[in-house]
Order: sequence, then structure tokens, then C-alpha cells
Amino acid sequence: MFSTTNFNRSKPILFILILFPSLLWAYQFVTGNLGVNPIEKLMDELGLMALRLIIITLMITSLSNIKTLKSIVVLRRMIGLFAFYYVCLHFSTYIVLDHFLDMQFIIQDIIKRPFITFGFISFLFLIPLASTSTNNMIKRLGFKLWKKIHYLIYPVAILASMHFYVLVRADKTEPVIYMGIIILLLLHRIFKRLTRPQLAQ
Amino acid sequence: MKILGSEITPYKTYLNRRKFIKGSLASAMLATITSSAFANHESDPSIYSKNLNENDKLNSYEEITTYNNFYEFGTHKKHPHLNSGNFKPRPWTIKIDGLVKKPQTFDLEKILSNVTIEDRVYRLRCVEAWSMVIPWQGFQLSELIRMAEPLSSAKYVQFVTVFRPEEMPGQQKRTIVWPYREGLRMDEAMNPLTILATGLYGHEMPNQNGAPIRLVVPWKYGFKSIKSIVEIRFLDTQPETSWETLAPWEYGFYANVNPNVNHPRWSQGTERRIGEFKRRETLMFNGYEKEVAYLYKDLDLTKFY
Repeated sequence: MFSTTNFNRSKPILFILILFPSLLWAYQFVTGNLGVNPIEKLMDELGLMALRLIIITLMITSLSNIKTLKSIVVLRRMIGLFAFYYVCLHFSTYIVLDHFLDMQFIIQDIIKRPFITFGFISFLFLIPLASTSTNNMIKRLGFKLWKKIHYLIYPVAILASMHFYVLVRADKTEPVIYMGIIILLLLHRIFKRLTRPQLAQ
Repeated sequence: MKILGSEITPYKTYLNRRKFIKGSLASAMLATITSSAFANHESDPSIYSKNLNENDKLNSYEEITTYNNFYEFGTHKKHPHLNSGNFKPRPWTIKIDGLVKKPQTFDLEKILSNVTIEDRVYRLRCVEAWSMVIPWQGFQLSELIRMAEPLSSAKYVQFVTVFRPEEMPGQQKRTIVWPYREGLRMDEAMNPLTILATGLYGHEMPNQNGAPIRLVVPWKYGFKSIKSIVEIRFLDTQPETSWETLAPWEYGFYANVNPNVNHPRWSQGTERRIGEFKRRETLMFNGYEKEVAYLYKDLDLTKFY
């Protein structure tokens, strides 16, 4: 049931499922159905979706340690690329719709406001991940170097959840849940390393 | 008695018409034609135009009542609209205490029979860098302060929101320390712009907007305009306020709208007027500089933000 073939078969359905929200929000935005403050709403939804997808890619890696779920790892690249897709939409909403390409203002905003700084660095770190996602790139870089580059997902996840945490004014429950999940997943990796010293060298 | 523009269309008619409009596309088109025969608050904002700035346009009743920060009903902007149905704003009393001749509790009805309700169209600028233009009905806070007879030693006024966790689900969670508290300096409280609002768009104050009575201080960020007030206290020292207590590096006691003093999370230089696409420049004291700047002429506004 959890074979590589089956996971591969589920890809087109997953593709549509993950793509769908962005199309829906774009449609709602254009038709004026995103509420009273549509730009804010669009930015929030896109950002939250991106953060959730980033966390899912971390989860997939952990889940693939379970023997029966080993093949789930074939879904990771697509979901990671979708995370990048949503981050790009989130960031361009901020630049184009929220600030109308006022670059001077945006640069100030990125420097001065810690939560935007976190989000921006997180976005920058995602770029090398997305651009080295092809099989060809893995071959060219060598698996070891490729893997090292992809450790960037940890600062990406931490910064992205901090970006959300700082943004929330009072009830921090939701960002704290995301941070908790990320920490658990990181602890799992550390635990794995410590218990299998022969792989650590 | 003077008849207010806002009394021309009873709110019920207005509500019914809204339901009708929602009915179907065909009837909506019909409604658009027929509604021009009525003085609808939404379709005829000219009722309020005499105190509307030429650069401002009224926000719709829907915008004003579905997008609120009122953490007593939840932290999301749509929560107050969705979760305030069980709140009972009547009967209502306001306790007056602290440095006054005689501490007492006023019935809201009694207060209302002693004041002049008038229309006030104000810009409301939230610290989160969005803004609206709202037609309030209310009376000057100074009128209530006169009824309260504060002592000459009173230098500050503190306001307290009602605490009813069973009716206000947001209060069941300690997101901020309940009850919500706010405060003003006495001269700010006495300024003619400062009102206690009891209605908007000619309708009794909706629960999500702070029923039955709330403060409106248009030159300060929205969080100063405390809602559902049950207690007013006169003090000789600056009172604690809720947001300042929670994050003093972000929110000050004064909280004057000021495009030159930035907040760590939001640039205050610009704002999004709800309903508009492009951001606007934020005005000093939210555009009420002429009326209130004198209050702060000796104050370093970057320190006392």
C-alpha cells in the first residue's frame, strides 16, 4: 500500500490539491470575495500555507524513518517546491499589492522590522533549495554537498515560524504550535544521529 | 430637539433592505433601483457629508461591523462579528469613582437623558496600519466628566471594559489581562473631539463595535478607544493601560497617530484605508493636528509615543 509506485501515483492528485488554494484565493481576490481587507487576507493565507508546507516536508523526512512509510520521501521534493511557490506568492503580494513596488520603503521595512527580516532571510535561504531540486543538480553537486545545502531547511523553518510568532499581537497559540512541531522534528533528527554514531562521521 | 441626519432612515428598514439585496441577483438589481427612493445610510452618505473631509469616503456598515479588533470576542478580525451574538448590552451602568466629589453608579439611560447626542464622522487609524471613516453618534466625554464632578486633583481618567467571560468568549483565554483598561490625560479627555459613542450609521452601537457605549479618540490609535465601558476612574497618576502593560516597547500610553514614530511591527508612515487599493500617507495626529497639537507642545513625542 505504501509503495513507491503508489506514492508516485498519488502525485497528480496531491499536485492539484496543493495548487488549488492559490487558484481559489486568486479568484476570490479578483472577484472581491476575500473580505474587507483582501490584500492582508491574501498575504496571510499564502504565508500560512507556505509555513505549513515547510513543516510537512520536515515531517516527511521523519516519517520516512518508519520502515513501512519509507517511500513517502518521494513526495518531499514536490511539496518543498510548492512551499517555495507559496512563499514567492506571499512575498510578491507584499511587494506588489501591499507596497506597490515602493522599493525604498520595502528595503527599510526589511531592515527595520525584525519579523520582516526573519521572513526575508527565510525566503533567501529557500532559493538555493529550490534551484538545486532537480536530479541533474544532485548529480552535479554530488549527494553530500547537495545534502549540506538542503540543511538550510532548518533555519528556513525556524525563521518562518518566528516570522509568524512575532507578527501575532497577543494570542500566540498557533505560532507556538508550529514552533513546537518544528522543535520536535529537529530533536528527532538529533536523537537519530546520536543513536547511530556510525553514520555521523 | 434637533433631528439628526442619522434618524432619517430607521435602522430596521436599512437592515431589511440589505436582506432583500442579498436575496438574488435579480432582486438586487431591482433593489438598487428602488432604494434610490429612500435615504439609505449607505447609498446616501450625504447625510454625513458636512463633517466629511473631501479626501475621505465613508466606509460601509458592513466593513465597519465585520472587521474589528475586540479581543474580548476573539483575536481574529472576524471574531467580534461572529462571536458577539450573546452579549447583552442592556441594562447598563457605569461606575464613577476615584477622585470625584461623590463616587456613584450611573444608569446609561440617565446619562443619555442628560447629554446631547450628535453625529461625528471620524477617521479611525488602527496601530496595525489600516484605517476607516466611521459615522458615529455620541456625545462629548466632557459632558459626562462634568456630571461626574472630579476633584481638582484628578489629572487622569481611566476606563475599564466589562468582564463577562460567559458572554465574551475571548475573555475565557488570557490573551491579555482582563478587564481591558485604557486611560487619557484630563485635558485629552476634555478635548471636544473626544466622544463616548453610542451608535454608528444611526443604529445603536453593534456589540462587535463596543456596545452599548465606547470611547472614540480620533487622533490616537484605535486601541485607545476602549469599548463596552463599565467604569470610569479619576486619578492623580498616569493609569496602567492594557497594551502598554503587555508590550511597553510597542505601545505607549499616548499612542498618538504619528507617521514619524515607527512601531517595531508596522511602519506608521502609511496606511491602508479599508476599501482602497493603494496605501495612503498617514497624517500627523490622524489629520486632527489643528485640534489637538497644542496638547503636546511640550512633549517629546518620540519618547512619549
